[in-house]
Amino acid sequence: MKRFFYLLRFEFKNLLISPSTYVSAFLFLSLMTLIYLVILSGFSQLPHNTPPSTQFFQTFWLPVLFMVPLLTMKSVADEARRGTLQTTLATSLSSLAFILAKFFSAYLLYLLLWSITLCFPFIIQQFFLPHSSLHTSLLFNAPSIFGSYLFIALSGLLFIAIGIFTSSLTRSQLIAGILSFSLLFTLIICTRFIFELPFFSYSYPHSFTPSITYLHIFDHLNDFSNGIFDTRALIFYISSSTLLLGTSSLFIRSKV
Amino acid sequence: MEYSEHSIIVESLTKKFGSAKAISNLDFSIKHGEIIGFLGPNGAGKSTTLRILSGILPATSGIALINGIPLAKDPKKIKNLISFMPENNPLPDDLRPIEYLRFRAHLKGIPSKEQKKQIDNVLSACNITKTNQKHLIKNLSKGMKQRIGIADCLLGSPSIIIMDEPTIGLDPHQIIAIRELIHSLKGQRTVILSSHILSEIEACCDRVIILNHGHIVAQGNKNSLSHEFFPFNQYRINLNTTKEELESTLAPLIPNLKIQLNTAQPSTFVVQTPQNINLPHLFFTNLLTTHLHWQLQEITLLKPTLEQIFIACTRPAWKSTLPTFTKQKIT
Repeated sequence: MKRFFYLLRFEFKNLLISPSTYVSAFLFLSLMTLIYLVILSGFSQLPHNTPPSTQFFQTFWLPVLFMVPLLTMKSVADEARRGTLQTTLATSLSSLAFILAKFFSAYLLYLLLWSITLCFPFIIQQFFLPHSSLHTSLLFNAPSIFGSYLFIALSGLLFIAIGIFTSSLTRSQLIAGILSFSLLFTLIICTRFIFELPFFSYSYPHSFTPSITYLHIFDHLNDFSNGIFDTRALIFYISSSTLLLGTSSLFIRSKV
Repeated sequence: MEYSEHSIIVESLTKKFGSAKAISNLDFSIKHGEIIGFLGPNGAGKSTTLRILSGILPATSGIALINGIPLAKDPKKIKNLISFMPENNPLPDDLRPIEYLRFRAHLKGIPSKEQKKQIDNVLSACNITKTNQKHLIKNLSKGMKQRIGIADCLLGSPSIIIMDEPTIGLDPHQIIAIRELIHSLKGQRTVILSSHILSEIEACCDRVIILNHGHIVAQGNKNSLSHEFFPFNQYRINLNTTKEELESTLAPLIPNLKIQLNTAQPSTFVVQTPQNINLPHLFFTNLLTTHLHWQLQEITLLKPTLEQIFIACTRPAWKSTLPTFTKQKIT
């Protein structure tokens, strides 16, 4: 356990000095700032039923699609390419501990980046609110903010696990990144629109519908931001990320 | 077999990748404190065997006992006994040597209190200077990187050290330094070296194990291997006589005699005799007293080099049949 925590600290430090982290952090914060400002400007012109935080988190998929691949694509693939995976696994550290250290370091950074967006309402309140028609209660809708961040933390488990999993499949960072993007796109976007395709509305067996809707990430977000804590989503994110990480630890043994 | 005497015992070790056998039914044992050379052409199965012994690759079948413990039973415990330096010595580029060794010390589970002392010891043993310690690994020379890999191997005082091509890319001075370092481990640690540099193996190792196409084709020390693969003695003789006279004199005394005239050096012959014939003794007690006009300038027993032994036991089948075929055709 002591070795695992040392490796976790080491990996987190490595992520902090990696240029790809700063690229993804810059892109993420720029994009999220822009999205937040656009949403607020919409609120200042027309009244809306949903709070700005709910609308803000509806765009979670945009940063996830590029941030997760950037944070995770190097993690295992690069170690396998260099051969340092061999020397690490030649010690008594287990392959699962290695994968978990990679996973949690990326996950902590993912949470850290999202937590920076917590400052947005405060910045708006401090510098812009006195000059606008927005009300403070709109910015600080506690149940919505808490539920949305809980969703971000939970779904992040699965998204980062997908990134680590794809990185463990190949020795090429680029392929890992593309694979990770494709899987995330399929999971988040394709499952959202699958029933809207004409083919599926006619031919898809209705018995499968609950299974597919179970995978709807947007539905989970809606539940959480409305203050509904659904344990099915909790089980889905924890079990699927555990499965992916376990599989990754098996895959890396074949790479040494 | 006496388990307490041996640090490694391997029985019928086999590894398959799909349907292809990388190694097949390997049997060997290594005593405590021995330095063993692992030889073989590319693709012979050396690296696969070393990776299995280091616990990072599972074998398909067979038994490997490390200090009496089955490798498959307790790989975690065995990994604490073994240090492995893989081929090409992979190192992280963005760390300094001291940072890398500290990281490795943590992974190897060396207690924090002992880490500094152990790191200082391996740094000085591998002659990694303070100036080099300040640079990032990616900016160091190939030789220095190899030394960092070896320093990592020595860290944690493992009882078995496995090094795959440790001197690849080093200059002669560095090779000698590494050789001396390995030699200093003799008797204290069991060392397995894999290398293509046969002179290095010859200088360092107590015994060699030669692999070819996944099988052990020879194992033993240089003398036993030369007896096995060169079942005759070869002497270089410098004598003021003709080949015909020498042949006619020696042929009645020595069965299966072969004499070749060295065309580069006049009056120098290479004489091949059975192993039980002591040619110098024969010359001094018999021939020189009966042939008074002979002036023997030199008589030297030519010992086969490890390279010759290696070539003899790893020669492809088509090559070993080729000379016979050619000879038959000429005659």
